[in-house]
Amino acid sequence: MNSDVVDFASLAPAYPEMLLAVGTVVLLLIGVFINKERSLLVSYAAVLLLAVVGALILFVPAEGVLFNGVYIADSFARFMKVLVVAGAALTLLLAIPSAEENGTHKFEYSILALLATLGMMALVSANDMMSLYVSLELQSLAFYVMAAIKREDPKATEAGLKYFVLGALSSGMLIYGASLVYGFTGHTNLQEIVVAIASEGRSIGLIFGVVFVLAGVAFKVSAVPFHMWTPDVYEGAPTPVTAFFAAAPKVAAMSMFVRLVMDAFQGITSDWQQIVIFLSIASMVLAAFAAIGQRSIKRLIAYSSIGHVGFALVGLSAGTQVGVEGVAIYMAIYVAMTVGLFACLLSFRTEGGYVETIDELAGAAQGRPFVAAIMAVLMFSLIGMPPLAGFFAKWHAFLAAIDAQLYLLAVIGVLASAVSAFYYLRVVKVMYFDEPVHRFQAVPAELTIIMAVTGFFIVTYFFTVGGPLASLAHTAAGSLF
Amino acid sequence: MGLGIGLGHYLTVAAILFTLGVFGIFLNRKNIIVILMSVELILLGVNLNLVAFSAELNDLQGQVFALFILTVAAAEAAIGLAVLVIFFRNRGTIAVEDANMMKG
Repeated sequence: MNSDVVDFASLAPAYPEMLLAVGTVVLLLIGVFINKERSLLVSYAAVLLLAVVGALILFVPAEGVLFNGVYIADSFARFMKVLVVAGAALTLLLAIPSAEENGTHKFEYSILALLATLGMMALVSANDMMSLYVSLELQSLAFYVMAAIKREDPKATEAGLKYFVLGALSSGMLIYGASLVYGFTGHTNLQEIVVAIASEGRSIGLIFGVVFVLAGVAFKVSAVPFHMWTPDVYEGAPTPVTAFFAAAPKVAAMSMFVRLVMDAFQGITSDWQQIVIFLSIASMVLAAFAAIGQRSIKRLIAYSSIGHVGFALVGLSAGTQVGVEGVAIYMAIYVAMTVGLFACLLSFRTEGGYVETIDELAGAAQGRPFVAAIMAVLMFSLIGMPPLAGFFAKWHAFLAAIDAQLYLLAVIGVLASAVSAFYYLRVVKVMYFDEPVHRFQAVPAELTIIMAVTGFFIVTYFFTVGGPLASLAHTAAGSLF
Repeated sequence: MGLGIGLGHYLTVAAILFTLGVFGIFLNRKNIIVILMSVELILLGVNLNLVAFSAELNDLQGQVFALFILTVAAAEAAIGLAVLVIFFRNRGTIAVEDANMMKG
């Protein structure tokens, strides 16, 4: 009778988001009605919910454009959403053993993490500047609270405050850009922007808009020169929260980046390409040198993640299908390495609390040989040593750059990764060759499982998951062309 | 057209508001509340842009976008103030230069 009423079956591409939204509300009610000490239930239920949502995305391949074109589910979105959900679920699981100490035992933490994941999934599927902005804010607003979840900790609240100020500024730049793009193309839908640019050509106002949008996005993926919030937030936030920030949101922001430049701005590739190349070189080089002087392990990881964003952007700079494929593979391997790294970090626990500086890891190989071995493997993988997964991540990214004849970019990338070997190897050296100073406490079972799984992924990548992952990434990248 | 106020004027005012907001965040050395106000200024600049374009293009999408931004801005201000309150409880100050526990 009314053509605006859609039947439920036609919403199939959005089922994962709908399930997550409903599940989050149910868990919120459970958390409110059951008394506080049962919040462990909510934490495990949140991980379970994310696992179900992930399985739904993987095994129910429904694709299409919904809600008047603001939402798109294609194979690229599905690939990235699986990564987002996996990253979020694993980092939520990481937080459970140390929940009391880090303030994440409050049931609100799991709820906020689920809402942020919902925002990230909607962001990956955003096909319109409006849905992009709203889902980005759903994600970010949850993050500001999560960073400051340990209310009595001055460092955590400062991290939350800094994250809020710079996050709000970056969102402001992004929508200022979006408003200019809207004004000079007349559309907010990404596909309609493509058509408008193709027919009207580029105007100076449009380029202004694109620059602002890209600056806002660069903030979210923490690419240099918009990276300054990252080390402070990573250091100040409790370690499990940092793990959450480091894994899934990077994937969501990167896929937003890819969709914007490959979809909406594909008609002005030569304009955005210069910006992406600059962001990429600046991120790789600054991260490689700035990380050398760090004593805090979390600041080191922050600079390391800035560097990895730079490497992933090498792939995107190419502006080709191979490049997008490289970005997709890079993000998959990045999530695995990040989750493993934080599992190791949370396993090193002394009588004085969690390790904060690199020196506290001295002699860790004697007390905790398994954890130290996994950490060492991860460090080699982060450098990009073959045959570990990290090598193949960089290989795909650099290959795309070479294909697009960006030789200088590829050379700078290889050199930056050689410099970064110094600070990664120092961690290995401190663990294996320094005298032990601390006794480490027992490792919780959850962390051991996560470390074993990520360690297996990293070491056997080439022989097991590498092939299927590359073909999935190929299909995913194909949906944008 | 009586006074000759056109799209360019609106865009200029919006650009001034936006720039004031960005400078307010970076140059302000006193109070974090001022930063919250600067964020609102940025969002207002954007809204003015969107509404002006919407009127010029005779297209409703810009106004819908502006309504979304208004809503999100309210949520953002609420969360910003909440984080600021717990920061004040811990540190007893909301001066910008006192937010300096982490450096490097």
